Amino acid sequence: MTAAIARRANAAPIYLDYQATTPTDPRVVEAMLPYFTEKFGNPHSLTHAYGREAAAAVEIARNALADLIGAEPREIVFTSGATESNNMALKGAAHFHRQFGKDHLVILATEHKCVLESAHALEREGFRVTILDVERDGLVDLDRLAAALGPQTAIVSVMAAHNEIGVIQPLREIGALCRAREILFHTDAAQAVGKIAFDVNDIGADLASISGHKIYGPKGIGALYLRRRPRARITPLIDGGGQERAMRSGTLPVPLVVGLGKAADIAQAEMQGEEQRLLTLRARFLAGLKSRLPDIVLNGHAERRLPGNLNLSFPGVTAVDLIAACPALALSTGSACTAAEVEPSYVLRALGLGEALAAASLRIGIGRFTTATEIDFAVETIAAAVRRLRAGSGVGVTSAAAGTT
Amino acid sequence: MATRLSYLDWNASAPVRPEAAAAVAAALAHGGNPSSVHRAGREAKRRLEDARQAVAALAGVRAEEVVFTSGGTEANALALGAFPGRRLIVSAIEHDSVLANAPDAARIPVTPAGVVDLAALEALLAGDDGRPTLVSLMLANNETGAIQPVAEAARLAHAQGALLHCDAIQAAGKQALDRDRLGCDLMTLSAHKLGGPPGIGVLIVRAGLDPAPLLRGGGQERGRRAGTENLPGICGFGAAARAAASGIKSFRALAGLRDAAERRLLAIAPEAVVHAAATPRLPNTLCISMPGVPAATQIMALDLAGVMVSAGSACSSGKVRRSHVLDAMAASERDTESAIRISLGWRSTEAEIDHLVEAWGTLYARTRASAA
Repeated sequence: MTAAIARRANAAPIYLDYQATTPTDPRVVEAMLPYFTEKFGNPHSLTHAYGREAAAAVEIARNALADLIGAEPREIVFTSGATESNNMALKGAAHFHRQFGKDHLVILATEHKCVLESAHALEREGFRVTILDVERDGLVDLDRLAAALGPQTAIVSVMAAHNEIGVIQPLREIGALCRAREILFHTDAAQAVGKIAFDVNDIGADLASISGHKIYGPKGIGALYLRRRPRARITPLIDGGGQERAMRSGTLPVPLVVGLGKAADIAQAEMQGEEQRLLTLRARFLAGLKSRLPDIVLNGHAERRLPGNLNLSFPGVTAVDLIAACPALALSTGSACTAAEVEPSYVLRALGLGEALAAASLRIGIGRFTTATEIDFAVETIAAAVRRLRAGSGVGVTSAAAGTT
Repeated sequence: MATRLSYLDWNASAPVRPEAAAAVAAALAHGGNPSSVHRAGREAKRRLEDARQAVAALAGVRAEEVVFTSGGTEANALALGAFPGRRLIVSAIEHDSVLANAPDAARIPVTPAGVVDLAALEALLAGDDGRPTLVSLMLANNETGAIQPVAEAARLAHAQGALLHCDAIQAAGKQALDRDRLGCDLMTLSAHKLGGPPGIGVLIVRAGLDPAPLLRGGGQERGRRAGTENLPGICGFGAAARAAASGIKSFRALAGLRDAAERRLLAIAPEAVVHAAATPRLPNTLCISMPGVPAATQIMALDLAGVMVSAGSACSSGKVRRSHVLDAMAASERDTESAIRISLGWRSTEAEIDHLVEAWGTLYARTRASAA
């Protein structure tokens, strides 16, 4: 094993952070590249051939993405990514529905930072926000959610599949609760779309945020699904030339849109097979680690989770030390958002984990390009590192060196 | 259909420069989230900061003053919403992305020559209702190419305690850019107008200012713009900024081609009107009216001949709309309805100008014949 580790020393680290971002699929890159160079038209310049070619490519991509989530093409609004989509959904719904006396929002404590921050910004504007706790397995209690809803509730926002702990919320049930009360249901589906079956009509979602780079597409592009019947009405966040049916102004970045469309096509075609393959790989990972380190703890519901996600606590070691002790692996503690943030995850704390256990947790994300060989190598590497750290013969890296700013 | 194609709509979107395309392709191949702490993330972060340096250098600012956004429209929306308490004053010829994000702003009129009226700005500033103000003035107009007196406007604004935002999207890469000489506090740039990829822009924020973010979340861009960084886009912007900076001198030479086109079109039709002709203009832009022939007719005829131009700015509808810029310049109804924009770039050639003149001349002769 040591020899194997040595052999890998100069190789690229094995990527196990697929919830932070995914590599752009080479087929996606291939589809995009012509639109950076020879097909460079502005899709809003419909008066000439270059512009029309670009506009046609945008509509093909819009169709592909709509197909993937069971939507109509005109319900898709392209944005710069899921952060913008989430900001737009929450702020847009709140601002639009305030005129009807609806000034209340409901979100979960484990939502992505951009949902929490948008909600806090709205709170400063005078909106009321209910932040619901989750159960120990990361799932929302539906009775508690129902009790939080009232006549003044404008929108409920619940992440479809979680970026840190992978749990899949009971979306259909939440959708039904909201629809019965004429409350908008928004779901941050950045991690779910293209990974698991996700159909906006099946779920009853009114708004859904989608990210390109989480589904093997490019960074800098995403979408907001905006239901037409019954119409989900929101105020736009970015005004200007009136693109995207005036819901989101700005020249559409055609290569990125084409890339997202291609990523959606690939996901549509390959998702089912990939889901099974990842479940098998994940089981192999977990079984391998458990047989070597029986005391590890799986965070989040064991079955109702993304096929490519594990979140594990390693009692007695800190995640920071463990990551440093595994330079051949690209691992993370959770959300990649704030650079170098190594504070214990607020998500894990919301599940009731103590500070020590939360700080001993790793997020392991596998995906399209992960192989069984990589899994076996990662299991050995992590197990050896944990044993070494527990024996006190660490590799000279301390939490202090990594910083806890 | 035409086999000869001449793209003369560079102010709408410029083809990606080879350097930028290479940088985008390399970044797509590398992957990595710049906010991740592992090795792939650190390498991504290094390339992000290198690109930030390049864009900062193009505008003569420090890297930490550069905030990446998804493009010029977002950067303008961010700028205009950056100081919620401030009164807004914008010029009447700003891009839609400024006007629409400041619907209640006071408008500074422009002269018939296409330049903002500084005396009117001074009066608007003096008529302050006591609230602090943010002025937004573009550096070069996207339709006429007219250069605006941003440095003077900044002095007037600062004398009244106001801040100045400058949309420099059309000027960047076409003339030297020096934020400190312009004196603006906020400045917008867009990559795809200077040969970078679409989907990436920046707002430059003078050190010491604390703008309210438009997008909140993971705290990227030092809390000023959340969202996973579009690294290929950013790297492409960096490479394009470097290429644009070193190509400014040769870009200036495009004025020769533009002026030749202007002379030849006027020789064909002496009654044609060149807008903002008496004003310092971008070297690549020509806004010209063929009186009596609707802009849509001209554009379609030119398109059939393989010459791509536009009427004003490209935006949502793709339809030919009446230009608010020419309206603000008090151009006649007849001239406004018949104005097209011809805009050149670093790949433009004399043969393309020949092509334009030929197609424009053919249409002109045909309309004269049918009128006769």
